[in-house]
Parts: sequence; C-alpha cells; structure tokens
Amino acid sequence: MAIPKAQRWLLVALVLSGAASAVSGSIDPYFLDVVMGVGVGVVLASSLNLINGFTGQFSLGHAGFMAVGAYTSAMLSTVVAPRMGWGAGALQWVFFPASLVAGGLVAALAGLAVGAPSLRLKGDYLAIVTLGFGEIIRVVLQNVDAVGGARGLTGVPTHTNLLWTFGTASLTVYTVWALLESTRGRGFLAVADDEVAAEAMGLDTTRYKITAFGIGSFFAGVAGGLYAHLKGYLNPGGFSFEKSIEIVVMVILGGMGRHAGVVFAAILLTLLPEGLRELGSRSIPNPFGGPAWSLDWIKDARMILYSLLLILLMLLRPEGLFHRRQPRRPSS
Amino acid sequence: MTEFLQQLLNGVLLGAIYALIALGYTMVYGVLRFINFAHSDVFMLGAFAAWVSVEKLGLPTRSVPGGLAALLAAMSVCAVLGVVIERLAYRPLRQRSTLTVLITAIGVSLLIQNVAQSPRLGFGPNPRAFPELFPSSQLHVGGLTVSTHQLVVLAVALVLLAVLYWIVHRTRIGTAMRALSFNATAASLVGIDNDRVISFTFGLGSALAGAGGVLYAMNYPSIDPLMGTLPGLKAFVAAVLGGIGNLPGAALGGLVIGLVETFVSGTRLSTFRDAIAFGILIAILLFRPAGLLGRPRVEKV
Repeated sequence: MAIPKAQRWLLVALVLSGAASAVSGSIDPYFLDVVMGVGVGVVLASSLNLINGFTGQFSLGHAGFMAVGAYTSAMLSTVVAPRMGWGAGALQWVFFPASLVAGGLVAALAGLAVGAPSLRLKGDYLAIVTLGFGEIIRVVLQNVDAVGGARGLTGVPTHTNLLWTFGTASLTVYTVWALLESTRGRGFLAVADDEVAAEAMGLDTTRYKITAFGIGSFFAGVAGGLYAHLKGYLNPGGFSFEKSIEIVVMVILGGMGRHAGVVFAAILLTLLPEGLRELGSRSIPNPFGGPAWSLDWIKDARMILYSLLLILLMLLRPEGLFHRRQPRRPSS
Repeated sequence: MTEFLQQLLNGVLLGAIYALIALGYTMVYGVLRFINFAHSDVFMLGAFAAWVSVEKLGLPTRSVPGGLAALLAAMSVCAVLGVVIERLAYRPLRQRSTLTVLITAIGVSLLIQNVAQSPRLGFGPNPRAFPELFPSSQLHVGGLTVSTHQLVVLAVALVLLAVLYWIVHRTRIGTAMRALSFNATAASLVGIDNDRVISFTFGLGSALAGAGGVLYAMNYPSIDPLMGTLPGLKAFVAAVLGGIGNLPGAALGGLVIGLVETFVSGTRLSTFRDAIAFGILIAILLFRPAGLLGRPRVEKV
C-alpha cells in the first residue's frame, strides 16, 4: 500500500492508542491519570509550538484558550448531553468527540478574535496582550455562575480514555508536522526567520500568524476538553498564568520549533512533578543508624527547582535541550 | 458628590502606588528594552522586608520614625535585590534576543515566588497580617474620611516622585540614564559605563517598587508571597498606557488605572475589576500602541 511514511506512523499511533485503551481497565487508575495527563500535555505543547516555535510569535495565553475549550465541551456534556437521551456508548463515542471539536472551534474563534487585532504587535507586547486575554478569561469564568463561578464546574462525565488522549495527541503532532511540511506551510518558518524578508517575498505574514493562532488555539481547546473529561472537574484557577507558563516552558525546553523535542519535553515536564511528588513521600534509610532521612523537602523544592531550571536553561542553553545547532544568523 | 470625592481620593491613592511600581517597569524598559517580570515580586518582597523589620527585628509600630525606618529598610533591601537580580540573571544575556531575557525574567519571578512560599526557605504560603507602621487615626474633612495611613501613602509617593525627577533630570547618573535609553551605543561611545547605569536603574526602580509594596500593604494589610502578581500586572499596564519608557507617562498611567479600578469597584461590575486593567491594555495597544504620552517608534529596515 502506498501510504506515505508520516501517515503510516499516524495510523500506527492511533491503533496503539486504541489497543492500550482496550486494556486500560487493568491499569492502576493513578498511573492511568498521569499517562493521560501526558497526552494532554503533548497536545498543548505541540499546538503552542506552532505559534511560539515555528511561527516565532510569543503567546502567553495558551491556558486561556484551553479554558475556553474545556468549559465549552464540559458545558455541552453536562447541560446538553443529558437532554439528548443517548446511551452511554453513543455519548462516549459520538457526542464526546463532537463536543471536543466544538470546544476546539470556540477556542479557535477566541484565538482569531485575539490574534487578528493584536498580531500587529511584536514580541513582548504580544506576550502581554495574550497574557491579559488569558487573565480576562479566568476572571470572567470566575464570575459567571452558570459555569460554576469560582467554585468550579463539577460533574463533568469522565469520557476521556487512552484512545482519545493519544489519538488526539498523535493527530495534533501530525497536523502541525504536515502543515509545516506543506509548500504553503514553509511560510510559517519564513515568518519566524525574518518577517520583513518574508513580506518582501510576497508572503501575507499577517495571515500566516493568524492561521497559526487559529490552529494552535483549536488544539488548545481540544486539549481543554480532554482535560475537563479526564478530571471531571474544572476550576478557573487551574487555567491561570502559571499554566500558560508551564506550556511555554515545554516548548522552550524542547527547543522552539522542534517536533520531537517538544513532545519529549511535554512528557518529561508532566512526569517530573509527579515523580518528584512520589520521591518526596519516601525516605532514605540512614546508613549511620538512627531515624531515616525524609525526602519531604523535595515536595517543597519542586517548584523552586522548576523555576531554577527555566533560568539556567535560558542562561546556558536558550535554544532548548533538543535543538540542533544551526548556522548563526544575525539576530534582529 | 461626597461619595464621588471619596472614591476620587481612594483612586488617586491606589494610583499613586501603581505609579511607583510602573516607574520601575518603565525605567528598566527604557534602558534594556524588556519587561522585567520579576518587578512585581520585588514589590512583594518590599512588603515582607517591612514586615520582617517590624515583627522580627523589633522596629516600633505606630510611630513615625519606626514607620520611616521600615520603609527605608524595605527600599534598601529591594534596591540591593534588584541589582543582584540584574547582575546574575539579566547581565549574562545582554546580547541575546528579547524573548530569551523575557523568559528568564519569568523564571526569576517564579523563583522568588516559590522561595518566598516555601516554609523552610521563605515565609510560607499563608497570608500574614501587616503591622500598623504609622500612628493610625481617621480624619474627617468636610464629609470625607481620610486615614493617616492614606496621608502617608500620598506624602511618600509625592516625595519619591520628586526625588526621582531630581535624580533623572539633575544628576550625572540620571543624565546618563536618559542618554542610555535614547541610544545605548552612542552613550557608551561618549564614555558612559552602560553596565553601571543599568545596575543603578535596577536599584532605583526596585527601591520604588519596595516602597510601593510597603504602601500597598499599609492599605491592604494582609501580605502573602503571591500578592505582587496582580498589582504588578496592573502597574505594567499603567506603564504601557502612559507610553513605556516614558516616566511622566508611567505616573499618569498609574493614576488612570487606579482611578478606573476604584470607580469600577463602586459599580455592579466590581467583581470584574481585575479584568478591566487588561481590557484597557488591549484597547490601548490596538489604538495607540505608543501609549498616551509616548511617541510612535518608526522601525527602520
């Protein structure tokens, strides 16, 4: 069969996710939760990579778009779904993906609404506008009682399983990859490399940026939907500025604009806090006798290590851990 | 009418605090062209420095000399901190892209917050009551209620603004700061030691933020390690509103944000007051990106 290589990988990934999903009943629920969190992280990081990495923009509001998608699909599942009178199977296999797509579309609309006017701005200004937008979303969610307000939205059905998370993750990575490999997609890289030159070559740079924002926000919204149906509970505080930073760090650590690097960084950074938490609850036997050494301080130091990592990374290896050296070009 | 005047007064006081923080953002942007995200955490540490000097080091509360000493202590601690942050985190990145520096600044901000939140290394995550630094009483002036703390805020803010004006416009180092923000290369060509001026700018801006932190804590007397985030972001908005890099602009922007926020708090929309500042920011960037007093910068290719 003449399926191109990349699509073959996508198929393999989808089949594997399905197979893993089929046996997920026998997997430890905590472990399963962590693994699905990894999948959501991959979707978030890959989609932000399109905006921040490949197109060279700097969005600090990814958590805001994620929140839009999360609340949209969660509201569909808690308000609309019970009135449809569908069975559990139809809800999980038909309604749920539809609600994910709906959440993605609403998030994409929000992304376009923010992106279209503000993409005239550059660098740190764009970062601040997207940050401000994310904060506005959070404040609005906190104050609208219909979606639970500051108490959060509870009772979201937990439809998310391994197939949905890793299926979406593979699709996201594939879409971003395929987009950039296409002829027109090269324009994204051109915009990142040198906007003025790209414009001089006749590229509609604004359109590229808006497209990147739209697609990136779409997948952030889908990731939000997955997250909502994974945790079964949404809290506006969970989509704060810190969450956006977390996704940005994944993209930076992976090396802005590297497909595999960013996926790996997303996996690493989702597992790292869990690992440290686990480590923090243990203790080392004291070789000199006496009471065992508690590793409790690790829990405390977790976020400190995380921020130190970010600073050291910028000082020592700003191109990310997995970035191949490129010929230097004069920085603008 | 009385209520309007009362709100106006409250707004001006809040605005004065925002202005002090905004000046730090704007000065750093002026010399280095980047947003110092850690500035809001220096503001937080200013409040905590005053808290430590009173609660742990035993400065007297409710006394004018004690209060001024706590204020000066907070400003000195913050000034040193600002210089150290610049030296360790930002100076090695002088030739790198703005984005790298921006991300580092976010990292520094997270680091300060997390260290401060750690019960072992810092203050722990729980809010603490801020002591009354100055003698407190309520004055009634023609239907308006003014607390002595509010008067202190106003007086300190005005004095600091005057001192800042004097430093920037009447001293050698101030002239050097202005030269540097006008053209860094030319400044170093005429013999200005850029690194020294940048250090000084960080120290000065951080001292103002520290004072802002103390004044803020006097009016909202509960302090915690994350208290800087929102006032910091709003002060940043104020700096952009006034035209980033422009000192009178930052003061004006702070005043506007303080007033708008106070008046919105008085209406039904009060729960949205934290979103208002960002709404203003987005509007200003779309319609007048250079800010109220800023001059549009033409980009040469």
